Amino acid sequence: MAKLLIRNGRVIDPANGIDRVADVLLANGIVRGVGENLPARGAAEFDATGLIVAPGFIDMHVHLREPGFESSETIETGSKCAAAGGFTSVCCMPNTNPVNDTAHLTRYIIERARAVAKVNVFPIGAISKGSLGEELASIGAMQAAGTVAISDDGRPVMNSRVMRRAMEIAASFDIPVIDHCEDLNLSAGGEMHEGLTSLRYGLRGIPACSEDVMVARDILLAEVTGARFHVAHLSTTNAIAMVAEAKRRGLRVTCEVTPHHFALHDQEIAPYDSNYKMKPPIRCSHDVAAMIEGIKAGYIDAIATDHAPHSVTDKMQEFERCPFGILGLETAIGLSLEHLVEPGHIAIKRMIELFTTGPAGILKLNRGALTPGLPADLTVLDLKSKWTYDVNKSPSKSRNSPFDGKEFKGRAVATIVSGEVVWQA
Amino acid sequence: MANGLLDIEALERTEIEALLERAKDFQPLQNQREKRLDLLGGRLVVNLFFESSTRTRLSFEIAAKRLGADTITISSQGSSVSKGETLLDTVSTLSAMKPDAIVMRHAASGAPHFLGRYLPMPIINAGDGQHEHPTQALLDARTILDNRPSLEGLRVAIIGDIVHSRVARSNIHLLSKFGVDIVLCGPAPLAPQELKRLAPGVSITYDIKEALRDTDIIMMLRVQLERQNETSFPAGEYSRFYGLRAENLALAKPDAIVMHPGPMNRGREISTEVADSARSVILSQVENGIAVRMAVLEKVLR
Repeated sequence: MAKLLIRNGRVIDPANGIDRVADVLLANGIVRGVGENLPARGAAEFDATGLIVAPGFIDMHVHLREPGFESSETIETGSKCAAAGGFTSVCCMPNTNPVNDTAHLTRYIIERARAVAKVNVFPIGAISKGSLGEELASIGAMQAAGTVAISDDGRPVMNSRVMRRAMEIAASFDIPVIDHCEDLNLSAGGEMHEGLTSLRYGLRGIPACSEDVMVARDILLAEVTGARFHVAHLSTTNAIAMVAEAKRRGLRVTCEVTPHHFALHDQEIAPYDSNYKMKPPIRCSHDVAAMIEGIKAGYIDAIATDHAPHSVTDKMQEFERCPFGILGLETAIGLSLEHLVEPGHIAIKRMIELFTTGPAGILKLNRGALTPGLPADLTVLDLKSKWTYDVNKSPSKSRNSPFDGKEFKGRAVATIVSGEVVWQA
Repeated sequence: MANGLLDIEALERTEIEALLERAKDFQPLQNQREKRLDLLGGRLVVNLFFESSTRTRLSFEIAAKRLGADTITISSQGSSVSKGETLLDTVSTLSAMKPDAIVMRHAASGAPHFLGRYLPMPIINAGDGQHEHPTQALLDARTILDNRPSLEGLRVAIIGDIVHSRVARSNIHLLSKFGVDIVLCGPAPLAPQELKRLAPGVSITYDIKEALRDTDIIMMLRVQLERQNETSFPAGEYSRFYGLRAENLALAKPDAIVMHPGPMNRGREISTEVADSARSVILSQVENGIAVRMAVLEKVLR
């Protein structure tokens, strides 16, 4: 396989404590080394002068919709979005049709990704069969086949006894349990965050407490079972406080936040525009501030997009009939730079951690660093480049983004997977 | 308003005043032998009712006919909606037949706003889900002004299921623009505290006596059992704590008037005695519905 020498970039590799201008040499799909003036010795060269060279970004929460919902997205198109957004690895949620609840399905996704995907795809398996919340899925067999975590994302396990058993099994196999924390009774019929805006628009509310009570339950169950528990797309003030407290008590609890939950609050939602409809909903400005505080304080371990494509037909309906979810892969870096780095809440190094060592550590992916010997996955960033997101040019099969037409400063300009440039601006 | 009438919240006070004044011109027409004007001759109004309605549908139809417009009324049972067509496709198809305006009632909040982003012709909202019912608030204001010299300084109690009520929302926005003291009252799950921030001048109480004390106007709301997934209040207690009866009506000003958008649940939110009393202006509301809707149609279509 070819060699690639990335010249003269500012290399930020948090895992190895590197932040300096250097070269990175990749060969045979693995990182060979980071150093000054490395000899080319026949390697192709990539001039990264003025750019940031980071370990490949990992999005631990996406929906690729295959198998079953190929009109919205496929493993191929979703992986192209990932590459265009600067991600070298994505973890796909199991709410496909059929649900990824067996080793067979896990293997199918991995093989399909090997054939068509631009980036690495790591499947997340279901907690319960069919994600129906009743009978446990074949957790050990899925893990042996390549599943990196278990989750009934979108259809949370309401039965606390089932969740307890799942956590006991997961703890014994040392596989993390990711929960979409939502009490479906408290949120029943809800369409947007419960508050003044939902009252104004006459839309039924999804109260913050519907998330809080499940985060509380799951933390208590994680304590009882010793499981590694990860809160998906955390969005409320109380939830982040409970995660912080669990961490202080030494529990193995982690969490992720999506860019839209720190970039938007409910009063910014265009009236009845389904591109603002997702779960958890865009919360109030108080919660948005809490997300940013949680990131600054180190309570939030990862940024994940919850990339959730839905076809134009499905989204062009009355607000209450539209499915939940928005695209996220291509706007994540731009939104993180604008809302976290640009205002000075965190340094660029910390942002890189949230996209690399953070998710890699939770899922034990053995990636997210430029350590010699690791897979040669890199994300090259240009913090100054100005660009406009045009959703109609997205490789996604769907168009559901509230950020269409938005101007950004800073983006990924090259995505390198196993030593090959899979996308370049 | 060239683009229809989607909600009261977006209207200026002067626009509301103009409509209410114009409705006054149309009021005497209802009692004349010849009731028809030809202000909108040759214009076509399509009434699209995706949710059942008797009084609003009839009222819009009569209003359009009295202005000389042609009207067609479609209710959801007879439309393509039951064949699986999307709302946007149904209304786009209709719009290709070049109506001059569409009057729409729909069970989804914001359905007319959603259509308004894609379609060129004006849409008049005849009630969208739990959001707004702008012509109801206008006819309510017209009815109040038939009984009071102005809206300023009045105290208005709105009692019942506020949170699910599009009538309440439209009335709150309208009355607030005129500096009315608005007291909302209902069971706590149906009258959340957050409603206070909906518009200036709104307060909330869970005690009907406090709501009624010294009030000028009492607006009773229908208990919308069909809009609730579960009971938000013990059904058997509703009438006892939030029903309007002669004995608590006595707490209001002696000339206070009682309103109800209908249809009423007699014996639940309002006693028959009160509903049929001299204080009740419920039938005037229905009558004013036509005059107000004539004013709206004229404004939108001329």
